Amino acid sequence: MTPDLLDEGTRAREAYERRRGEQAITGDFTSGRVVRDRVPDFAKGVALYLEDITVSFDGFKALNALSLSINVGELRCIIGPNGAGKTTMMDVITGKTRPDAGSAHFGSNIDLLRLRENDIAQIGIGRKFQKPTVYERLTVFENLELALSGERSVRAGLFSRLSGTQLDRIGEVLVLIHLRDQAQRTAGLLSHGQKQWLEIGMLLMQDPKLLLLDEPVAGMTDEETERTAELFLSLEGQHSLVVVEHDMKFVDQLTQGRKKVTVLHEGRVLAEGLLAQVQADEKVVEVYLGR
Amino acid sequence: MSAVMPHPALPLPAAATLLTRQGWAAVAAAVLILAVLVPIFNLAVPKDSLFHLSDYYVGLVGKIMCYAICALAMDLIWGYTGILSLGHGLFFALGGYAMGMYLMRQIGRDGNYQSDLPDFMVFLNWKTLPWHWTFSDSFLFQAAMVVLVPGLLAFVFGYFAFRSRIKGVYFSIITQALTFAAMLLFFRNETGFGGNNGFTDFKRLFGIPITTSHMRVTLFVITGLVLIGFFLMARAIVSSKTGRVLQAIRDAETRVMFSGYDPVAFKLAIWTLSAVMCGVAGALYVPQVGIINPSEMSPAAGIEMAIWAAVGGRATLIGPIVGAVFVNGAKSVFTVAFPEFWLYFLGALFIAVTLFLPDGIVGLVRRLMAARKGSQP
Repeated sequence: MTPDLLDEGTRAREAYERRRGEQAITGDFTSGRVVRDRVPDFAKGVALYLEDITVSFDGFKALNALSLSINVGELRCIIGPNGAGKTTMMDVITGKTRPDAGSAHFGSNIDLLRLRENDIAQIGIGRKFQKPTVYERLTVFENLELALSGERSVRAGLFSRLSGTQLDRIGEVLVLIHLRDQAQRTAGLLSHGQKQWLEIGMLLMQDPKLLLLDEPVAGMTDEETERTAELFLSLEGQHSLVVVEHDMKFVDQLTQGRKKVTVLHEGRVLAEGLLAQVQADEKVVEVYLGR
Repeated sequence: MSAVMPHPALPLPAAATLLTRQGWAAVAAAVLILAVLVPIFNLAVPKDSLFHLSDYYVGLVGKIMCYAICALAMDLIWGYTGILSLGHGLFFALGGYAMGMYLMRQIGRDGNYQSDLPDFMVFLNWKTLPWHWTFSDSFLFQAAMVVLVPGLLAFVFGYFAFRSRIKGVYFSIITQALTFAAMLLFFRNETGFGGNNGFTDFKRLFGIPITTSHMRVTLFVITGLVLIGFFLMARAIVSSKTGRVLQAIRDAETRVMFSGYDPVAFKLAIWTLSAVMCGVAGALYVPQVGIINPSEMSPAAGIEMAIWAAVGGRATLIGPIVGAVFVNGAKSVFTVAFPEFWLYFLGALFIAVTLFLPDGIVGLVRRLMAARKGSQP
């Protein structure tokens, strides 16, 4: 065989395998359902790519041909007035809402619109809700334990024991979210800000590639807000973060005057750029202050 | 993490043991009382002695222990997982009917009509057994049905309900409709379950007369051991990680989903298990009480089970057992002393518990104990 043909054959085979990898559902059957344990491909540097996403509720377009791209390791703040579609966007990414049109990809290979909530969480997208959502009647420790990445089946849960490394990991996160001394407290007894942190800690336990944070500092004191900003900045680079926030001071702390901010309005991107730039943008001012 | 700080040893939760030492002592005491002392006081102590335990009480406590198994099953699905089923009476009755079919065949030719067929079939002028009675003379087959029929029904029903994300009060109403529909079906003579009379007049179990003291005590001991076994199993489940996922589903189901768990699988597993527990309870109930009829499937029966669990204290396992004993004990006193007031009392009890004792009797006891501890220096 000539080298040319060999090369061609290799290329054809690679292309074939790539195609197969995109279509095939790997994994095994657990509880009668396909578990898709696919690994996102970040080789192109894009963590999340939304294209022309449209969602309408009874004729009202919550998202109107929204396109957005987040790079690997990027920390992106998204701002916008109430009803701009920020939460709906997160619903689409995490599988809670199916869009009427458009596409959503995680890495270059995973079509998010074909997966269910728990599968999306498993492949590495963590979400923090606007209202802190923790397991109120379990302890802080148990909250983190359940979020720990690992086997998710009923049977495995009956016999699982924490290993030393897993304990260390829980300890690490407890320190990171400043709840080390509260580990054995019932989560329902924490303050609002502490619950926010606990939920962030739960996301970190999952070790997600992409974190979606919906108003993470709502109800926090100034000091807590500052600490949260520090925490997020320390995560930047290893994780991609999308932060939806109203608090401009917090956005300023996060972007440090050099990161891009996206402004959403009426379900689409109104402006994108540095915080100072978008704040000076006439369209943005109009939307925020009214005509 | 930018700075992985060395952290001092964590305040770890106490190693997850099934029960404390006192807990095991209590279990051992319960086994001793139910399996040794009751038989001795009932069988060995002479009837005229002050210490003799009458057959009436053996039967009553045996019956209440069957109810306690149902209350325990309710606690797993309602107390721990937050799914209120008002249809557990159906699973209880299905287990009871499966056992009842075997007991009907054990009557043999001793019925009123001296036929091989059960009396109600002769009465309906049937000449052969209907298809679903084919293996009813085999104890093993019917015992398998005790587990399989409630289990399969719960699994199929649960699969569709949980997959469609039916929750809260909607789920409760559907379970109630399900048990009501089944009751209407069992009321009909042509379904072959004895219509509104159900099954009764049992004579034998394994060829042994069913009304003898020895048989009663044997059934009593088996029921007691099954109750304790189920309690330990439930305890093992709720103290495992799976048990914590169930509680997490109760507190914040979306969070569970976004943490990568499939809530459907967890709900389905505990729902099916709890239905099977009720089925077993029903199978133990029928030979002790001597009758099974469609009224066990009435929506009221399922609601009563929820009341037992609420009165005793949800999500405590021991609470619902206490609740079942308390409510049914009160019922047997009340229905003798002032029969017309029983339902008022039950309603008042439920309202009082909801308003003043959200954690039930067990919650009250715990609060009192904590207060006593606190008042001591």
